[in-house]
Amino acid sequence: MKTIAAIITPLGMGGIGTVRISGPDAFAVADRVFKNQNGKKIADAKGYTALFGKSYNNESLVDETVALVFKEPKSFTGEDSVELSVHGGSFVVKELLNAVLSAGARLAEPGEFTKRAFLNGKIDLTQAESVMGIITANSHQDLKMQQNLKEGAVSKKIGAIKNELILLAANIAAYSDYPDEDLPETRIENLEAQLKFAKSELHNLIANYNAGAVLKEGIKTVIAGKPNVGKSTLMNMLSGYERSIVTDIPGTTRDVIEQTVMLGEIPLKLYDTAGLHESDDTVENVGIKRAKECIDSAQLVLAVFDGSKPLEKEDKELLDSLKDVSKIAIINKTDMGTVVDEKDFDGIICVKTSAKLSEGYDKLVKAVAKISGTDRLNPDSIILGTLRQKECAQDALGSINLALDTMQSGFTIDAVGVCIDEALEYMLALTGERVTNEVTNEVFRRFCVGK
Amino acid sequence: MSYYAGEYDVAVIGAGHAGIEAALASARLGCSTALFTINLDWVGNMPCNPSIGGTAKGHLVRELDALGGQMGKAADATTLQIRMLNRGKGPAVHSLRAQIDRRAYSGYMKHAVELEPSLDVKQAEITNIEKQDDGWKLTTMLGAEYTVKAVILATGTFLGGKIFVGEVNFQSGPDGTFAATELSKSLKKLNLPLRRFKTGTPARVDKASINFDALDIQEGDAEVYPFSFSTEQNAVENKVVCHISYTNEKTKEIILKNLHRSPLFSGQIEGVGPRYCPSIEDKIVRFADKERHQLFIEPCGENTEEMYLQGMSSSLPEDVQIQIYRSIKGLENVKIMRNAYAIEYDCIDPLALEPTLEVKGHSGLYGAGQFNGSSGYEEAAVQGFVAGVNAAHKILGKEPFVLTRESSYIGTLIDDLVTKGCSDPYRMMTSRSEYRLLLRQDNADERLMQKGYELGLVDKQTYDDFLARMKQTHTEIERLEQTYVGPGDKINKMLSEKGTTELSAGASLADLIRRPQISYDDLAEFDKDRPTLCHAVKEKLEIHIKYEGYIKRQELKVKEQIRLEKTLIPDGLDYSKIEGLRLEAREKLAKVNPKSIGQASRISGVTPADVSVLLIVLEKINRKGENNQ
Repeated sequence: MKTIAAIITPLGMGGIGTVRISGPDAFAVADRVFKNQNGKKIADAKGYTALFGKSYNNESLVDETVALVFKEPKSFTGEDSVELSVHGGSFVVKELLNAVLSAGARLAEPGEFTKRAFLNGKIDLTQAESVMGIITANSHQDLKMQQNLKEGAVSKKIGAIKNELILLAANIAAYSDYPDEDLPETRIENLEAQLKFAKSELHNLIANYNAGAVLKEGIKTVIAGKPNVGKSTLMNMLSGYERSIVTDIPGTTRDVIEQTVMLGEIPLKLYDTAGLHESDDTVENVGIKRAKECIDSAQLVLAVFDGSKPLEKEDKELLDSLKDVSKIAIINKTDMGTVVDEKDFDGIICVKTSAKLSEGYDKLVKAVAKISGTDRLNPDSIILGTLRQKECAQDALGSINLALDTMQSGFTIDAVGVCIDEALEYMLALTGERVTNEVTNEVFRRFCVGK
Repeated sequence: MSYYAGEYDVAVIGAGHAGIEAALASARLGCSTALFTINLDWVGNMPCNPSIGGTAKGHLVRELDALGGQMGKAADATTLQIRMLNRGKGPAVHSLRAQIDRRAYSGYMKHAVELEPSLDVKQAEITNIEKQDDGWKLTTMLGAEYTVKAVILATGTFLGGKIFVGEVNFQSGPDGTFAATELSKSLKKLNLPLRRFKTGTPARVDKASINFDALDIQEGDAEVYPFSFSTEQNAVENKVVCHISYTNEKTKEIILKNLHRSPLFSGQIEGVGPRYCPSIEDKIVRFADKERHQLFIEPCGENTEEMYLQGMSSSLPEDVQIQIYRSIKGLENVKIMRNAYAIEYDCIDPLALEPTLEVKGHSGLYGAGQFNGSSGYEEAAVQGFVAGVNAAHKILGKEPFVLTRESSYIGTLIDDLVTKGCSDPYRMMTSRSEYRLLLRQDNADERLMQKGYELGLVDKQTYDDFLARMKQTHTEIERLEQTYVGPGDKINKMLSEKGTTELSAGASLADLIRRPQISYDDLAEFDKDRPTLCHAVKEKLEIHIKYEGYIKRQELKVKEQIRLEKTLIPDGLDYSKIEGLRLEAREKLAKVNPKSIGQASRISGVTPADVSVLLIVLEKINRKGENNQ
């Protein structure tokens, strides 16, 4: 078994960054990088002790370092392990990792620490999966949902759908296996209704997951609008400090500016774009092109309009171009009076703001929650924990849809039964009651490098 | 006093449905074989219902026939009435079921085993079996000693058989035969994990005492199909009808009033009965809110007046039985000829068996049929066949013969028994297979006849006929895919009459057959150039075209499963030393000793987390192997 190492704290966040080294040579590798101020070797330290010193990449100092020593089997992985902590900041931690790697460790594959922990009997598969969920929880609500997952609320919901499918399969089995038993045909007639029930339940689970993913991963959001309607002021209002250059000369923002801000519970990955208008300025034209590309790949567009003036041609063109895009119309500059005709925004969620005076923020929070579906999630919502689980649910839904199709197009009950069996198997894979090579591999593949 | 009576390659104990197939397979593969029975007049007896087939059981018979077994042919030769069950529910669950002339069937089978070269049939009770250096020694009650290389236990309900009728019970085999009481003792000496199961049978009644005018008739199918792929379609015909009646409130009252006299409820019977084939008192108690239970009145043969009351098995006292039966419409004056009874017998925990049906740790000792914990003639016959082939193959130094779950119901049945075990007599059902749409009764030949031919148990003619059928089927499917019809008044009229959309552009004939509402025959008048095909080929191609999408889905599933089945677990893996396995999983894995991850994942009590641990252990072992190279 090779000795492996990786950064186990999120990059660029927090005050401390940690590299974990695990494997038979963990102590030797650590000793090549870490020098204790009293000259004490890690290899001579007892388990569960901390040493203070400095770490070096070849001869050059990396940072002051705390080394935590774990002896087999009393470590996360069950192997000899050392955790070297330095001051945060991605450069320093990466430098430390480089030092460790050139001292003889191999970079851990994604999920490898957890895989080893599992391999050495330290944790079981389901524990491993929920550990991963909690580590990657981003917001308060997300954490709450991960805990729900751990505490079994999700299992209960899935169990209910699974039981419905088992009942369906059992009815078909009895109907087919006991033709002489005088069973009531009505059970089969109910089949369609039961299938539709399972379908809508699964549909909700998947929709919840998508909303949950918004909480975890954020929404790629583009602020768009013609020049000088207040896009940058809006961005500043959202981010709380001056990021974009705000002037009143049209075309000040010449490129796309990126920033992640929390809007209520939702991380918005904001892109402020150059004002959308025809321009002769070459630099600005490049910016406009990128802005359009940005809109095309956005999950949400905040379309900003100057509410103090009637809509102009460019405003209407923007609205037209956003037909199939998830969007919120920001009618800005309410401090200068509202003259814009609301009929122009028929069927679009509108929020009136004065970005300058920071008014309308709360309304925007609500509108974004609504459009991303997170508003109907409460912390007790049932949300699948991982993409793997969601994919299983999606596959199950696919099989149920096929069962319904099969039934409605007049096929025989045996073909319907086969589709229901298939749906059931996906549900069992979801709960981990059925093992396939794929499931195990997939679970490990999805573990990130940390933990 | 004992004497040396000779030697054989294989000895089969019991000449019921399992024993017959075991003995025939072994003898036909070239092993000198002895078939022992307690009573030669009861070879291939049907001590319970006079019928063969039924849901999933019909599949088993067809599969056995494709491999070269005898049961299908014997059933075809002695059929009284035949029906294809589950018409309208789809090809996966179509199952043949035939009423059989039971004495004729027994006579046919007795003659078949007598005629088989290399097979000696003997009336003798085996009282002792003992392991010897290179085989086994069998002793009969009269002291004859045989030395054999392999033994197949197909003892059915004879082994430790005990009959219960109300307060009365006595040692007995089925239908008034002797029980084999001594043999159990010698099996216990071998430390085989024996247990008690029970089953039961209803009364046989005098036809003249039934008022048929009051009863619904159940006719055989207008168009009949045989079990065997080598029987001509017109060789079977319906000769009798069956009748249907129902129990009522009065029946229920009588049963509930006399329940305390049932050995089942008084606790005298210790054996576990089949959940899937309960006695009438069991049904009344367990399904208390059901108003009535259906029963079928079936003739036992052409030359007998005995009628079988299917669905009415009982172990209540004889005087209560008379009351019960007479409470039923049409049976008001019925006369019982043989009473109903329950029978308890010894059998083995099938987890002690290898997939070849050899007993673990007892080289050359095999089990088949009820001895292995199954129920039903068909389940018994297929196991007999597999045990017979494996006993012969071991002696001949050939590969073990194991059918996979995805190949057949036979494979599914045996895998279930040896992997999951059973807590009550195991009956085959279509829902036991996760590959129902692949394992159909119509394609049993496609799935297994090649194997049967390679085993040497299917003759050249039968095999050539099969190849011809397959060729015809594929040629015709190709033609249907490439033959187009244009939209016309006539065809559109037919289509709308069948309740499907009319054509607006041309479509291939195959596309039309893909519609659930349209059959191959419906298109005859729009397809003048079609060849004349037999029913079997038409059925094959129609299912193939119509269900193609679903069949492909199941085939994908098989592929996925096969990867797990091919992940082999090395023999002798020490589960007690594997970190991370739960205690229960360690015990179960050690007991079943699965051959592959696929098999391990089906063991009850082994969770997916345990299987993941196993997967990783295997990966570790493999890596070690690579590193050492």
